[in-house]
Amino acid sequence: MSKLPLRARLATSISGAAGRVSRLTGRGDGSVIGGVLGLRVEPDLLRLLATGRQVVLVTGTNGKTTTTRLITAGIGALGQEVASNAFGANMEAGLASALGRAPDAPYAVLETDERYLPAVIKATSPRVVVLLNLSRDQMDRAAEIWLTARRWRAALADASGCMVIANADDPLIAWAASAAPQVTWVAAGQRWHEDSWCCPECGSHLQRDELGWRCGECGFARPATRWVLSGDSVIDDSGQVRELRLALPGQANRSNAVVALAVAAHFGAPVDQALPRLREVKSVAGRYTQVQRQGRLVRLLLAKNPAGWLEAFDVLAPSPVPVLLAVNAQTPDGKDTSWLWDVDYRVLRGRPVYVAGERRIDLAVRLEADQVPFELVDGIDAAVSRVFGEELDVIGNYTAFQQIRAALGRAD
Amino acid sequence: MTDSVGRHAAAPESAETLIIPAQQGWPDRDGTAGDRTGEPGPRPRAVGRHASREPLFPVLPENGEAAPASYGAPYGASCDGSNGHGGSNGHGTPSGNSIRGGARAEEVGDVAARPEAHRPSAARRDSRLRLVWVYPDLLSTYGDRGNLLVLSRRAQLRGIEVEAIELNSDQPVPTQGDIYLLGGGEDLPQILAANRLRSDGGLARAAGAGAVVFAVCAGYQVIGDRFGGVEGETVAGLGILDISSGRGDRRGVGELVADADPALSVPRLTGFENHQGVTRIGSSARPLAQISLGVGNGDGTEGACSGKVLGTYMHGPALVRNPGLADLLLRWATGPLSPLNPADEDWAAQLRAERLAAVER
Repeated sequence: MSKLPLRARLATSISGAAGRVSRLTGRGDGSVIGGVLGLRVEPDLLRLLATGRQVVLVTGTNGKTTTTRLITAGIGALGQEVASNAFGANMEAGLASALGRAPDAPYAVLETDERYLPAVIKATSPRVVVLLNLSRDQMDRAAEIWLTARRWRAALADASGCMVIANADDPLIAWAASAAPQVTWVAAGQRWHEDSWCCPECGSHLQRDELGWRCGECGFARPATRWVLSGDSVIDDSGQVRELRLALPGQANRSNAVVALAVAAHFGAPVDQALPRLREVKSVAGRYTQVQRQGRLVRLLLAKNPAGWLEAFDVLAPSPVPVLLAVNAQTPDGKDTSWLWDVDYRVLRGRPVYVAGERRIDLAVRLEADQVPFELVDGIDAAVSRVFGEELDVIGNYTAFQQIRAALGRAD
Repeated sequence: MTDSVGRHAAAPESAETLIIPAQQGWPDRDGTAGDRTGEPGPRPRAVGRHASREPLFPVLPENGEAAPASYGAPYGASCDGSNGHGGSNGHGTPSGNSIRGGARAEEVGDVAARPEAHRPSAARRDSRLRLVWVYPDLLSTYGDRGNLLVLSRRAQLRGIEVEAIELNSDQPVPTQGDIYLLGGGEDLPQILAANRLRSDGGLARAAGAGAVVFAVCAGYQVIGDRFGGVEGETVAGLGILDISSGRGDRRGVGELVADADPALSVPRLTGFENHQGVTRIGSSARPLAQISLGVGNGDGTEGACSGKVLGTYMHGPALVRNPGLADLLLRWATGPLSPLNPADEDWAAQLRAERLAAVER
């Protein structure tokens, strides 16, 4: 801390005080307002706070918050403090605030908004950039994903001294990462193909088979991988196979865990020490939380876009455990609900489906088209009271999820 | 590792699926029958991501009962005022049979098990309504599948058999489709789609021979004469619709409300737009609607149409929020439509009412 210039120290302490006020007054977790004020006092704050640390940036459409949490856990095996924006405040202010709160942490694992990645790379000179996946998401406010990948390419091409750890199974990610001087490729899988039918390099229709993907026209193809997710196991870069056995459910989180292990290993944390720490992560900022309500076990899943819904369906309890779907269309959710038609809801046939949220009629029309029986309800408690069994799964998009979490007493 | 849950190619032996093998199937409208016959190559995909063998919506009979008139005029006039009914294959709608699928939530479970007696048109291949979703691998960014699903559903509820394909950009465009759908997309895929469709020529031939074309957002621009590329450069379109588009100064993002050309007999339009395009309508096309909220073409109008070709900036998807527009396209392709059971319209009607009320507040 003391090596910071006076102005940055002032900015950091204002930032910290504002964050404390925000938390004490219940306005938020304080991670954004503090950073905003700090940056106003010292616009260069993020760069100054990052200087001298080993910074990891984590970005992608889905799994950023969870992967950030897993990497933080894995690097924890090194026995040193790790700064992190664990609550998902992933723009410049949230990053500055996270670093300011842990001034002496030699490591920093920072979830970074897709659009801000080039600027944050410039500001923090990261040692590692993690690229998870890219798919359609809140199209009314986010940049188009091909454009995003193009900007990443430009930023990564200039990032010397940085190792990119990227998912080779996502063609758009592979294209963005392939511009970087150093890449560790991870076979992390890709369930959602709807945004990667065509070659990012030349636009031709991609060919896919069990070995991966490849463009028949320009030859751009899935790179060879060093780390592999194989079923429930990780194969590390020396070829050793270990069962993951995570507490977090689903294929997507197994992918995230393999990426996290690759990052931890890059900093010298062996898999045998990092993996047990990953297994201890049970919920992430409310996601995957289990709550007792009216004698039923309620499991909370967040799904913000079509690829995320596919992942959420993957971790649902088996039918006939009922599910509550809740959809809003506030600014953080994206105001265009057209994406509901990109999700295949037919997998929900055969279990009770409850529908809530501010845009539940959109969802009703969608489920009708997929011939999924459903019932409209007013909220989480109305759904719980209709459950005959002992469990209820809940999938919500961003603000709908937060509303339900609040109704359950800010469940973590 | 690459666990596919996306669309997948249908197995060739799954003959009962809704596949149209474009290379072997329909004769071309221009008479060059089967000019692609024998060409090897991948088949178009069946609609549906998980179960290609499963029809989109089982057609289910129910005891006929009187239902109120559906949207619009019984004979959909085409956009230039001519009588637009009498599509290429004359799908008749049987009288006395009101057909419904599983629309009511509590009933969806059983309907699939009901016998398929009284299916009005026997499974004659010719009688099917052929829906072609053009290049979903390039142009499908804003829930565009919804337009295909709604057209299929509203046709099948009326006993019209539907054959639907997703035509990828590495496939030749079949010219014997009844309704062609184009969706939205990013700049680069839009340019690729335009270039491929231009060199393929199939879509323009089909449209010239009277097929219905429904195009949204980027697809709307593509079927016009030209549009603006990534850096604002001019890209040639297909010239199916007399419009030309360029890039505006700012993005139009938000709810859109517009009143359709009265000649189309379509209720007030509601949608969501997200585009930076500005579109000028030429002398041989007409605006689809007059804007009451939103940006649309940029001159107070929204969308355009000419003959049986119709384009719009509306997502939502457009046909989900505007069943009247879906029925207009179906009338253009098949002729007069029987009304739907009101229960099958209920959720869509609620959605329309909610969206229109939301923007009036």
